[in-house]
Amino acid sequence: MVSLDHIVEDAKRDFLGAADAAALEDAKAKYLGKSGVLTERLKALGGMSPDERKSAGAQINQIKTQVEAALQERRQALADAVLLQRLAAESIDVSLPGRGQAVGSLHPVMRTWERVEEIFRSIGFDVADGPEIETDWFNFTALNSPENHPARSMQDTFYIDGKDSNEKPLLLRTHTSPIQVRYASEHVKKYANADVMPPIKVIAPGRTYRVDSDATHSPMFHQVEGLWIAESVSFADLKGVYTDFLRTFFETNALQVRFRPSYFPFTEPSAEIDMAFGSGKLVGRWLEISGAGQVHPNVLRNMGIDPERYTGFAFGSGLERLTMLRYGVDDLRLFFENDLRFLAQFPA
Amino acid sequence: MQFSESWLRQYVNPSLDSDALGHAMTMAGLEVEEQHSVAPAFTKIVIAQILSAEQHPDADRLRVCKVDAGTGQELQIVCGAPNARAGIKIPCAMVGAELPPAEAGGKPFMIKVGKLRGVESQGMLCSGRELGLGDDHEGILELPVDAPVGKDIREYLNLDDQIFVIKLTPNKADCLSLMGMAREVSAITGATLCAPKWTPPAVSIDDKRKVTVEDKELCGRFAGRVIRGVNPQAKTPEWIVQLLSRAGQRSISALVDLSNYVMLEMGQPTHVFDIDKLNGDITVRWAKAGETLELLNGQTVTLQGPDSAGKLQEAGVVADQNGPVALAGIMGGNHCAVSDDTKNIYVEAAYWLPSAIQGRARRFNFSTDAAHRFERGVDPQNTVNCLEYLSALIIEVCGGQAGPVDDQVLNVPDRKPVKMRLARAEKVIGIPLTNEVVADVFQRLGFEFKQEGDAFVVMPPSYRFDIEIEEDLIEEVARMYGFENIPDQPPVASLKMSAKAEAKRGVHLLRQRLALQGYQEAVNFGFTDLESEKRLTSATETEIIAVLNPIASQYGVMRSTLWGGLLNNLKANLNRGAGRVRLFETGRVFKRDVNVQEEAGKVAGFYQPQKIGGLAYGSFVPEQWANATRAVDFFDVKGDLERVLDPLHFVNEAAQHPALHPGRSAKIFLTAAKNRIEVGFIGELHPGLQQAYELPQAPVLFELDLDPIRELGLPVPEDLSKFPAVQRDLALVVKQSVSAQSLLDVMAASKQNFVRNIELFDEFKPKAGSSSMADDEKSLAFRVTLLNPNETLQDPQIDAAMAALLGAVEKKCAARLR
Repeated sequence: MVSLDHIVEDAKRDFLGAADAAALEDAKAKYLGKSGVLTERLKALGGMSPDERKSAGAQINQIKTQVEAALQERRQALADAVLLQRLAAESIDVSLPGRGQAVGSLHPVMRTWERVEEIFRSIGFDVADGPEIETDWFNFTALNSPENHPARSMQDTFYIDGKDSNEKPLLLRTHTSPIQVRYASEHVKKYANADVMPPIKVIAPGRTYRVDSDATHSPMFHQVEGLWIAESVSFADLKGVYTDFLRTFFETNALQVRFRPSYFPFTEPSAEIDMAFGSGKLVGRWLEISGAGQVHPNVLRNMGIDPERYTGFAFGSGLERLTMLRYGVDDLRLFFENDLRFLAQFPA
Repeated sequence: MQFSESWLRQYVNPSLDSDALGHAMTMAGLEVEEQHSVAPAFTKIVIAQILSAEQHPDADRLRVCKVDAGTGQELQIVCGAPNARAGIKIPCAMVGAELPPAEAGGKPFMIKVGKLRGVESQGMLCSGRELGLGDDHEGILELPVDAPVGKDIREYLNLDDQIFVIKLTPNKADCLSLMGMAREVSAITGATLCAPKWTPPAVSIDDKRKVTVEDKELCGRFAGRVIRGVNPQAKTPEWIVQLLSRAGQRSISALVDLSNYVMLEMGQPTHVFDIDKLNGDITVRWAKAGETLELLNGQTVTLQGPDSAGKLQEAGVVADQNGPVALAGIMGGNHCAVSDDTKNIYVEAAYWLPSAIQGRARRFNFSTDAAHRFERGVDPQNTVNCLEYLSALIIEVCGGQAGPVDDQVLNVPDRKPVKMRLARAEKVIGIPLTNEVVADVFQRLGFEFKQEGDAFVVMPPSYRFDIEIEEDLIEEVARMYGFENIPDQPPVASLKMSAKAEAKRGVHLLRQRLALQGYQEAVNFGFTDLESEKRLTSATETEIIAVLNPIASQYGVMRSTLWGGLLNNLKANLNRGAGRVRLFETGRVFKRDVNVQEEAGKVAGFYQPQKIGGLAYGSFVPEQWANATRAVDFFDVKGDLERVLDPLHFVNEAAQHPALHPGRSAKIFLTAAKNRIEVGFIGELHPGLQQAYELPQAPVLFELDLDPIRELGLPVPEDLSKFPAVQRDLALVVKQSVSAQSLLDVMAASKQNFVRNIELFDEFKPKAGSSSMADDEKSLAFRVTLLNPNETLQDPQIDAAMAALLGAVEKKCAARLR
């Protein structure tokens, strides 16, 4: 019989020598199998006296426990090695780019459009919209700009092949101001029976058209119209709101804003609004940014509003102009060429 | 309106420098558009006299001049000008002088002692062009004989004078003259106004010409006189030539120059006829149809007479017995124009009603200084004054004897008092005002007014055509008070909450989603070319909306689809080297539609819906390591739209569109409502158009109505079931011509209990000669989800539902179980 003392050492050596799970099972059989060394020893206990059996049995069981622990340890080591191998084999080049689609972009002028909406919504302005093929009434006459008035030549108008119910030629709106009249007229109808008409507070961004095409003029461009009419909305309020708008839009208080007298048939007093940056490449230069003024009483009457009771202001600003100043785009034509290389620089 | 500062300062001379004056004018509504010196910067150029001019020994074209520049020392200067000769006075750049750069943005040109072909030259004799004074390069600039030698030329020619260009708004008719500007500057700055002074010429002959004004709606005042024995070849005084030139007017002849001078100075256009070419009496009347007139600009106009309704007259004329001799208030005719042979003249100054002039010149496609003024309003009280002034100048310069002034006053606008309430002005402007402040404004403006309590009653001056209502006066108060002095007031208003409707998404959300699907947003013009409109929509010319005055033929018609612009963008980007293009646009398109009535937001007869459209071209994903490259197809774009429109679901039905491949195009229907709503088209570009656009591959296009895809409604969640859902597959064989959607529709229409959802998960087409399916058949496999929210579904219930689904498609779609 082999000395019990050697069994644990022998088993550990054999287990360690097993290179994989199958070899380890073979080695296990040598000690713990049906005819393994320890099994044989346990079988041999039957022929011993009770006292002998007790002490020998305890000894064998202790050794068996040690052998089983050694086996378990080796099993774990082999499993760990296999896992490590698998993990190594499964590793990927994490520096490869992600799979799938590219993200597109949003047009810079539309980006401005959206932002202007957001800014005016923050102080309770509604957003309105209107047709681009317009009637003479909404584009001019209702806005106190009668036919043949020299003010009309300030805006060269595109006409289309079509007439309105008064046999006047239809046109492409030259500004977003017709939406003022459309929106306000509906508002007045809606509150016809109210004691006090709720304020009209609305902006109207949209496309506009003028017969003009050169480096600084596009035959189609975008404007945003603003209108606030209530029982007492003054020119000073206009100055406050528009100045706040510019500072919010450009996210700087280092911005000078000036209002100077001008003329539009639909406002009086009328102002041209200029701004100047406090820094950057355009620092200190006055840049025309908007036309504005107190809504003319004739226009209020055309909307169905009593000018004696309600006053208010309107403004119209070019979205391209705001966009160019915001992002430092120098050439207006870039906005309509739709060159992907330009568009891609304005991420969604 | 252009003029030189020194001219203005003759009449009003505020103690402001040029820049401060320009700023003050801009801030009062006279926008200074341009302001610059008459001549560019240069130094040390003085008046000199050529004492002698000898031929250069070694150069045919050069002369060696001895020059007296007032330094006490004779200078030797070599000069190449052909007119360099002894005796004349010329500008001489001294050694050390800096001349303007030859090209804009260049370096100034320095004068040094140099040698020209071996002869020393101690300066340079200058041409007008070298000083930036016009383009005359014939030779050196010859100055008058009395020019003082040694004097700085800038000082002598007043070259530091500033040119002001004012952008006048249409309401400022009163400022279309130096006197008007001066009046305004006086009001702005408080500086004293001094008007030009002259003596009316003595009447020394009795000659008159009979003038009959036929229509008071055309001519409100007509004044004229005969002047006999003028010398039309007299030279216009140099100082007038200079003032005119600095006002942007070329000198033509003394009679024309003087007439222009009076117009610029006083604002009254006048006309001078050669009276010997006038046949008989003068009539002022509306043009008759068919009359022709050769104008001073050489253009011959054929006049139309009144419009068909007889309401609108085309133009007024001044006529003699032969017919029109001038377009009233717009331009004179050639026949009676003054010439070098003119001896006797008829000078006219009139007040034409603005309504009789407005829009006329534009209809003839030109504009004139006279029409510009008359259509805005010329002071009707200054007519005779200006006629006298012009007569005096003519007689002074050209000689002659004046006849009596014939002045007919027929229809001069009534001046009506306008009332302004102090409280109203405060309400509109938003600042506290006092009677003193307002009274001061009106005084400075030279308005006659009286105070009635807290109201002012103002009598507008005859030269102000823009003071008719209270707001006109409020504007004057605000303007003179100074817009800069009105505070930027944060508005005070009652707070009222507002939010966008939750059940409706904004266009911006859809734009952002399309961008997230890889599309780049484009903006195209609302007009496009006729050809593209025709081929993309098969519209006929009567359906197409033509722009009557397009800037170019490629913008000749309104677009009825966004695709034209996007396809042009695609093409342009491919030409620039792009290989994969995703574009979209939101915007209106335009169609004639008799069903559109006049109502809120609409223009009768025209349908102008907002659309969102796009195209996809090239590889289905950007070229990359992880996906094999293939071209984008219908289902890629359909998938993009499914994600963009979610939670709205849509279905497609094959449909034809002139721009799309007939086998790969479909209408898009929203399924949310009971009735499907058609919202647009999706499909591959028609091969014919692909060829027309010269595209290597076909893009997939889509276009949707914006309004319906914004309507979402609110989420309506239902209780979660305690019982599990069950899935069963249903594999069907149908003819290939049967669409998957029609099977889904039939199954949905059979309304089986417990069927919650049916999804297509497989499509299979057999290889030729397959035993299980015919060549014209295909297999479609559906996954059916069933659920009973109240109890666990039993197999018999499931089997019954599945059998019923199968039964429905067997009957309606000739399907069989695979």
